[in-house]
Amino acid sequence: MGLLSDPVRRRALARLVLRLNAPLCVLSYVAGITWFLALAFPPLTQRTYMSENAMGSTMVEEQFVGGDRARGFARDFAAHRRKSGALPVAWLERTMQSVGLEVYTQSFSRQLPFPDETHERYMVSGTNVYGILRAPRAASTESLVLTVPCSSDSTNNQAVGLLLALAAHFRGQIYWAKDIIFLVTEHDLLGTEAWLEAYHDVNVTGIQSSPLQGRAGAIQAAVALELSSDVVTSLDVAVEGLNGQLPNLDLLNLFQTFCQKGGLLCTLQGKLQSQDWTSLDGPLQGLQTLLLMVLRQASGRPHGPHGLFLRYRVEALTLRGINSFRQYKYDLVAVGKTLEGMFRKLNHLLERLHQSFFLYLLPALSRFVSIGLYMPAAGFLLLVLGLKALELWMQLHEAGVGLEETGGGSGPSALHPPAQGVGLTSLVAPLLISQAMGVALYILPVLGQHVATQHFPVAEAEAVVLTLLAIYAAGLALPHSTHWVVSPQAPDRGWMALKLVALIYLALQLGCIALTNFSLGFLLAATMVPTAAVTKPHGPRPLYAALLVLTSPAATLLGSLFLWRELQEAPLSLAEGWQLFLTALAQGVLEHYTYGALLFPLLALGLYPCWLLFWNVLFWK
Amino acid sequence: MPAVHGGERRWEAEAAPGMAAARPLALLVLLVLGPGGWGFADPPRDSLREELVITPLPSGDVAATFQFRTRWDSELQREGVSHYRLFPKALGQLISKYSLRELHLSFTQGFWRTRYWGPPFLQAPSDTDHYFLRYAVLPREVVCTENLTPWKKLLPCSSKAGLSVLLKADRLFHTSYHSQAVHIRPVCRNAHCTSISWELRQTLSVVFDAFITGQGKKDWSLFRMFSRTLTEPCPLASESRVYVDITSYNQDNETLEVNPLPTTTYQDVILGTRKTYAVYDLHDTAIINNSRNLNLQLKWKKPPENEAPPVPFLHAQRYVSGYGLQKGELSTLLYNTHPYRAFPVLLLDTVPWYLRLYVHTLTITSKGKENKPSYIHYQPAQDRLQPHLLEMLIQLPANSVTKVSIQFERALLKWTEYTPDPNHGFYVSPSVLSALVPSMVAAKPVDWEESPLFNSLFPVSDGSNYFVRLYTEPLLVNLPTPDFSMPYNVICLTCTVVAVCYGSFYNLLTRTFRIEEPSTGGLAKRLANLIRRARGVPPL
Repeated sequence: MGLLSDPVRRRALARLVLRLNAPLCVLSYVAGITWFLALAFPPLTQRTYMSENAMGSTMVEEQFVGGDRARGFARDFAAHRRKSGALPVAWLERTMQSVGLEVYTQSFSRQLPFPDETHERYMVSGTNVYGILRAPRAASTESLVLTVPCSSDSTNNQAVGLLLALAAHFRGQIYWAKDIIFLVTEHDLLGTEAWLEAYHDVNVTGIQSSPLQGRAGAIQAAVALELSSDVVTSLDVAVEGLNGQLPNLDLLNLFQTFCQKGGLLCTLQGKLQSQDWTSLDGPLQGLQTLLLMVLRQASGRPHGPHGLFLRYRVEALTLRGINSFRQYKYDLVAVGKTLEGMFRKLNHLLERLHQSFFLYLLPALSRFVSIGLYMPAAGFLLLVLGLKALELWMQLHEAGVGLEETGGGSGPSALHPPAQGVGLTSLVAPLLISQAMGVALYILPVLGQHVATQHFPVAEAEAVVLTLLAIYAAGLALPHSTHWVVSPQAPDRGWMALKLVALIYLALQLGCIALTNFSLGFLLAATMVPTAAVTKPHGPRPLYAALLVLTSPAATLLGSLFLWRELQEAPLSLAEGWQLFLTALAQGVLEHYTYGALLFPLLALGLYPCWLLFWNVLFWK
Repeated sequence: MPAVHGGERRWEAEAAPGMAAARPLALLVLLVLGPGGWGFADPPRDSLREELVITPLPSGDVAATFQFRTRWDSELQREGVSHYRLFPKALGQLISKYSLRELHLSFTQGFWRTRYWGPPFLQAPSDTDHYFLRYAVLPREVVCTENLTPWKKLLPCSSKAGLSVLLKADRLFHTSYHSQAVHIRPVCRNAHCTSISWELRQTLSVVFDAFITGQGKKDWSLFRMFSRTLTEPCPLASESRVYVDITSYNQDNETLEVNPLPTTTYQDVILGTRKTYAVYDLHDTAIINNSRNLNLQLKWKKPPENEAPPVPFLHAQRYVSGYGLQKGELSTLLYNTHPYRAFPVLLLDTVPWYLRLYVHTLTITSKGKENKPSYIHYQPAQDRLQPHLLEMLIQLPANSVTKVSIQFERALLKWTEYTPDPNHGFYVSPSVLSALVPSMVAAKPVDWEESPLFNSLFPVSDGSNYFVRLYTEPLLVNLPTPDFSMPYNVICLTCTVVAVCYGSFYNLLTRTFRIEEPSTGGLAKRLANLIRRARGVPPL
């Protein structure tokens, strides 16, 4: 391939990139967005199919009839819970023992970095109760988990009832080849995290917990259940886990097959499933579901207890019973039969679920987009950054060697390192300062909350959020403080070099993010790329500044919140949106400390400094 | 978790020719004497004892342990024996051909839950120096009826009469624990041990699950457990007995009722606690007399409460900690629940080579302090040849939990070395714990030829301790597993990347570029220039 080594052709290519840069960039961006929107339409979405042989058919005869028993357990549980005001540990232990499980408890405590105002908790201590059904066919090498999270508000009683009734039913069967762990956690996800860390004997988040007395080998799959009424109209399934991790698609397929078999109404992202994919309605509804999934996956928070299992490579999903005003309702037996079918199928598994996709997007329960088909969308967006960077690189070249190159015949002289003219030293200061701002944004809010509460009349949680915003805004003052550092020579070359570095930095970050969490990468690319590409110190600066602020990571978060509620058909007013935004900031920081969610450090240490570089470019003097 | 304990095998080269010479002679002698001469001329040289022990477990389940002991006063290794009566020929030939010293082979499904069921009756043999011991475990193998049938065929009465009529496969595999074993060992024929006899013990332990088999009821009968009743002893057996553990856990001895009432009871110290057994001798005609069958029934006078079962002094738990596919940690928790006595435990671990142990990370902690083992033997693994062997003698302080942990790295296997279902994970065999656990009650040494079989596998030498061997759970460890459909894609992609990008970039980086003066061109050009010059136009 002589394209790069032939100076004539190289010059032609360079000229093409330079001359057609703007149209190419626009084309690439539009192509990326269009590709993404087209993902919900049939040639790009495919029907889901079961890949795992062991779960191939639904030929399982569900025998669960313990609806009354489940309701009875739920009533007793609710009564004991009301009486004690916390998880009725002793009652749970007794009941699990009476249905024939090996019962263990685990106590844990955690002091949050600052008070969690949404869940109203700060110093948390609780007890998890779990019972193990020992499989007669195996030596406790593998297990499945059914978990019910209980938080301080008294919901989910019916789920505990159903869990106990299922345990009683499962205990009487002889076909189990995997132990089944029935886990009831207190303080919902905190309890789940404590239990998981203790089960795997690791300490990731600094939670204090008592060691587990009983274990059951390697956990193969887990199902979390949330029910708050005796009857449900539909079952909603949540797949998005911590840091955008997803369970193997086969687990979702399994749920969907049993939904169909039992005739249950199943929803994804709270959206009903359109059956008609030939007309435009189905794909359009699919697009809404897809967008909701992208927003939820991008948030990187565990959308249910299942999200925490994924870190340990335990395929898991959360089922939520929804009771709306629909006519047809299903009782606990129907839900129980679905769970029984799923567990019996999981019991058949020879290997861990690995056959199907781990990286996918879902426009509907029965449709998916595989990674090979959605990646080009992000690729097109990142291409814009690449093209822009190439253009800048070439412009820097030309400026370095003067006009002789355009005169022709002086191709080899282009090999002179252009950096000598650019003065890389001039880039060190803005890079360091913006990174330092990022570090400050990451560390100071939590570290300085006590100082803030002493000097200002705010609570700790407010202090954290306000410090966060203050530091974020303070970053905008950066150009005024750094312009003196920059060498006066060749002002144009200065900002071009800075922008070049910023573009490459941004492209690298977004590329890495898109590979691990496509939704987040795409969302950030879709907002940040256009302004990053056009930003320059000339032209309508106020307009650029406004655009840049509007596409900063924080503004993206705010916009995403509005879009999310819009798609859920519960639009936000501006004030509500702002409140929600502040809550989301606090939650984001908290989730980083309590579960190890990576969105906050990623934005604070990676994208915010990078964005500051563009801000710096805009106000280059 | 079938465990295969291979006893010491040693070839005796000198013995082989002698045996070959002796064989025709022995055969001749046997032919002359004939079977009729046996009983009258000599005391019977082989004997069979059969025994069934039914033990209600602390958890409410019921364990049934069969033992069939065939003893043969014959020097199998020396004499070329070819006439077999009670002793199975298949095993006898094995002993004489390979000069086997001792063999223990067991097939197990399920896991003996020591914490809930108490220490197991039947353990592996007493300790042997591991230098001469062959020991192997196959944790992935499952046990089913096809293993039971040949085992039953070794019995002199097969499953036609005696206790073995109860061995009905569909019931035995309907249990939460099933372990069948064959133990062959030489025993002394007299007190001075001048000559040896061969002892074959066939044992079978099953634990019936109260919830599954009893439909929630905790009352038991032979028929409910085995769907058979006993009708007669095995005619070849010299002793045929059923023992029922009627020891009450509480002080009032009215918790358990056995029907029909036993004629005799037997008391002894078993595994450190005093036990009472109801004894039913099938040779006693009164037992089977009335209705021509014996259907033992156990009734709880008051249902056992859901109180915590008495925890045995020694139990253990093993697990893999950590997550991800690079590293991990093997942790073993050893519980000593004795209130005031410490005792040592010998821990034997064999770890497959593909878990690369970091020996420097071996930590043993009890009660928050480091616990130094008094003896460590470590034999490092060799890739694809031998596993790690780690043996330690650890003192367990009274009332403590000792954690033994060692980190490992998961090796990447060659792609042909993966098992057919590689994503299932790889098994790590259980660690073996051997300990002398302090008794609750002092035991007096017994004449083990007279005492019941379940008591005599490990004669108590010291009255204040009893020997226990425990196995921990086998572990399932996931190794980094390639996607086996990927190699083609990987090859294509790699080749493309190498060919296209690497090649051109390499060119670009290593070549020096020079602008060539336009050459004079080919023949056509030269010709054209000639014409042009003739015409007076500038050349091309």
